Amino acid sequence: MRKVSRLSRFNVASLALGLAFLYLPILILVIYSFNASRLVTVWGGWSLRWYHEFFNDRAMIEAAWMSLRVAVSSATIATLIGTLAAVALSRGERFRGRTLFSGMLYAPLVMPEVITGLSLLLLFVALNAERGFWTVTIAHTTLTMCFVAVVVQSRLGSLDRSLEEAAMDLGCDPMRAFVAVTLPLIAPAIVAGWMLAFTLSLDDLVIASFTTGPGSATLPIRIYSEVRLGVKPEINAICTLVIALIAVVIVIASLASKLSSSQGESAAPL
Amino acid sequence: MSARRIFARPARLAAIAPYVWMVLFFLVPFGFVLKISLSQTAIAQPPYEPVFDLMAGWGALKAAFAALSIDNFKLLASDDIYVFAYVRSLIVAVTATALLLLIGYPIAYGMARLPARWQAVAMVLVIVPFWTSFLIRIYAWINILQHDGLLNQILLALHLVSQPVVWLSTDSAMYIGIVYSYLPFMILPLYATLAKMEPVLEEAASDLGAPRWQVFWLVTFPLSLPGVGAGVLLCFIPIVGEFVIPDLLAGSNSLMIGQTLWLEFFTNKDWPVASAAAIVLLVVLLVPLLLYERLQKRQLEQGR
Amino acid sequence: MTDELPGTDAIAEAVGERQFAAGEPLLRIDGVAKTFGTFRAVDGVSLDIKAGEFFALLGPSGCGKTTLLRMLAGFEAPDQGRILLGGKDIAQALPHERPINMMFQNYALFPHLSVRDNIAFGLKRAGMARADIATRVAEMVALVKLDGLEKRKPDQLSGGQRQRVALARALARRPQLLLLDEPLAALDKKLRESTQGELMELQRRLGMTFIIVTHDQEEAMTMASRIGVMRDGKLAQVASPRGLYEAPRSRWIAEFVGDVNLFDAESKLRDGHRLVIGTRDAGPLVVAEPREPFGEVRLSVAIRPEKVKLSRRGPVREAGHGTAINQLDGVIADICYLGGTTTYKVKLDAGGMLQASVANSARLDVDAYSLNQPVVAWFTPDDCVVLPS
Repeated sequence: MRKVSRLSRFNVASLALGLAFLYLPILILVIYSFNASRLVTVWGGWSLRWYHEFFNDRAMIEAAWMSLRVAVSSATIATLIGTLAAVALSRGERFRGRTLFSGMLYAPLVMPEVITGLSLLLLFVALNAERGFWTVTIAHTTLTMCFVAVVVQSRLGSLDRSLEEAAMDLGCDPMRAFVAVTLPLIAPAIVAGWMLAFTLSLDDLVIASFTTGPGSATLPIRIYSEVRLGVKPEINAICTLVIALIAVVIVIASLASKLSSSQGESAAPL
Repeated sequence: MSARRIFARPARLAAIAPYVWMVLFFLVPFGFVLKISLSQTAIAQPPYEPVFDLMAGWGALKAAFAALSIDNFKLLASDDIYVFAYVRSLIVAVTATALLLLIGYPIAYGMARLPARWQAVAMVLVIVPFWTSFLIRIYAWINILQHDGLLNQILLALHLVSQPVVWLSTDSAMYIGIVYSYLPFMILPLYATLAKMEPVLEEAASDLGAPRWQVFWLVTFPLSLPGVGAGVLLCFIPIVGEFVIPDLLAGSNSLMIGQTLWLEFFTNKDWPVASAAAIVLLVVLLVPLLLYERLQKRQLEQGR
Repeated sequence: MTDELPGTDAIAEAVGERQFAAGEPLLRIDGVAKTFGTFRAVDGVSLDIKAGEFFALLGPSGCGKTTLLRMLAGFEAPDQGRILLGGKDIAQALPHERPINMMFQNYALFPHLSVRDNIAFGLKRAGMARADIATRVAEMVALVKLDGLEKRKPDQLSGGQRQRVALARALARRPQLLLLDEPLAALDKKLRESTQGELMELQRRLGMTFIIVTHDQEEAMTMASRIGVMRDGKLAQVASPRGLYEAPRSRWIAEFVGDVNLFDAESKLRDGHRLVIGTRDAGPLVVAEPREPFGEVRLSVAIRPEKVKLSRRGPVREAGHGTAINQLDGVIADICYLGGTTTYKVKLDAGGMLQASVANSARLDVDAYSLNQPVVAWFTPDDCVVLPS
């Protein structure tokens, strides 16, 4: 009998089409960002014109700077608190309020952003907090720490518990066992969590729109208001820059995690 | 006491900071949404009657409770705009999720059948677009779908159409956008269950005389149902409340609930009605949310 | 850990004499019990282990042997009972507070640390000086023959090498007691056999006390000086390997350790210092009087297959003893050639089945029996063990 190959023609076709569907639009966007013509329809040759335009657009630059600051600070806070949450959930066994705790951590992962944004805004208004950098940072931290917690928790869950036991057997109290053994082993997941938090924050439009104040728009808010008015080639350039930035972050982070441990297994970003 | 419990004590201390954070910035804000959804619209800034002041004592508290009203909810139920928005949101979410499953399943299946080395590569390839901005991905489609965009140029060049097709501001554009944005969320859980499946099961089924489509339908598909469930929930819930995609790609004559909420809030400045809309949205999503939460918990806490 | 660390050769002295009077057990397990939910994992185990012993805990999976070991290491605390190490109760002490180290089943080597750092891990926690750590690590590396691999990470080592690292890491702190949880389970058969020898040699040389947990009875018999068989959370028997095999205390143990022929007793007759036990499947069997009387419980007669001899039909004479006492007629019903031995299944005329294991002492099979050949199976009364069912 003919040997049945695992990969059928149908499998190959669906994979190829699927990946083309995922990548072509982004590729087209990147190519158009180098189009000299103002009309998107007409190819006017290669040019960096729209990048110049962006770098001379003060409002855009300011928004980009604001977004970067928010992304770095919220990702860092979220990584700290989210890792703590993951440790509590995967090593804390049963404790009072655990169900509520895990519920609060998993819900924001799928909660429609309009609800999260609205509820946080109402809180900030009630607290009479001045809306701007800090309110957006807190809002993003709240959302992204849940993602960090999930990524780190899944790594902790797959970690061999006997490694921690071995550390204790060799003279570590639980705290030192965690620092000497667990922490280095979950470091790739923590790095992945930070990256995820960073890009989610850089990406977010809805929550930022609710929680920011006048005069401190983030990059997505700016892009959104421009896009509503129609396609502008400058936006292509900005988007390409953002994609490049994220690509650099991913490459650096994956190199770092590869260098820090020769371990083959690295945590998946999701 | 066991080894696990030796670790449990310090681990529980780690819960304090995230616990306080989530109560303060997740749970308490919901209280505000609920409260404001029950209060009257005011013209002042902020545009609603103030939240009751706890310092004012019991009497004030009672007065505040007396002032609560369900008028906003009555308005939501009586005004066709809102009812239509909820119904449309559900229809869009169901349709889009079905499309996602239909498109995502063959891709995930193909990935799971790749040689192990290529599976990791394929997984990275599926995840990477997820890392690029959501807004950028929608914008990329506007580029393609606009009146003189690439899609129409290709269609015209191939003489498939005689004049440009209107893509933007249609439901088709919205569905393309939703499928494009949510595809990784559907593929990854599907792939995770399909990859874990023993290939010998399919071999055993064909050994026992099942033709290929039966092997798939009787063995592979039923075993992948947990992944289907996770993927469906992971897509369905956020799509119901989606704002950006319908706002940028669909027409403005029929709105989804996320859009009406946004409109009430930013344009009409009617915070109480927006809050009421949020509460209703949450209630609609409560069952899938609870299902999802249980799924997530089971997956993570069983660990190995 | 003391400041002054004795050399490897002095360990026996240190452990054996410094703290304990001769004959005092190093470890006393006293009425220890542990329940998980409603499951009694360990159910009142008492056991003394002397310094320098190589003790094996043997039993099927789920018998509680691993839980008992984990209580010794400190990963579980007993619900009841005491664990005395050198006279001090350590039942509630945390793992890092015990002078006991463990070699884990899957080795639990730290994947992010090199061989050297894995071995030094416990020494650093003990606050040893850098130079002393280097000396000790070098000593351990030489001891387990890992020279040249110090800088490798665990995933660059073979299974056997990993096992050695785990051993070196656990020995480095010079524990009073070394626990080994199925230490050879992950190795293939050939490597397992040579490693068994090395472990025994090491234990003798260091004069340390080892407690090993295993489900492999051959492994326990080969390595241990004493074996504790566990069943359903209880210690079923504690004996030397020979005692366990030749004088099992119950039918279950006789069946668990090695192969055995068992015949249910139907009647019992005293004949001087011997008993004649009537069995349905093998007729009357003459057995030696058991050392302790059993009372009125149901009895079985157990004979190991290698104690059964086969002859061609006709009265069998034993050298210098006249007629052999237990002679059972039958025919060969099944032949299983195993290389060193051949196992014959003899269908007895009395109805039962009897296994006989015969050494293939000659290369040419002139003595071999063929299927359906009538034979006499015979054995002495001393080869039989009477057991309560």
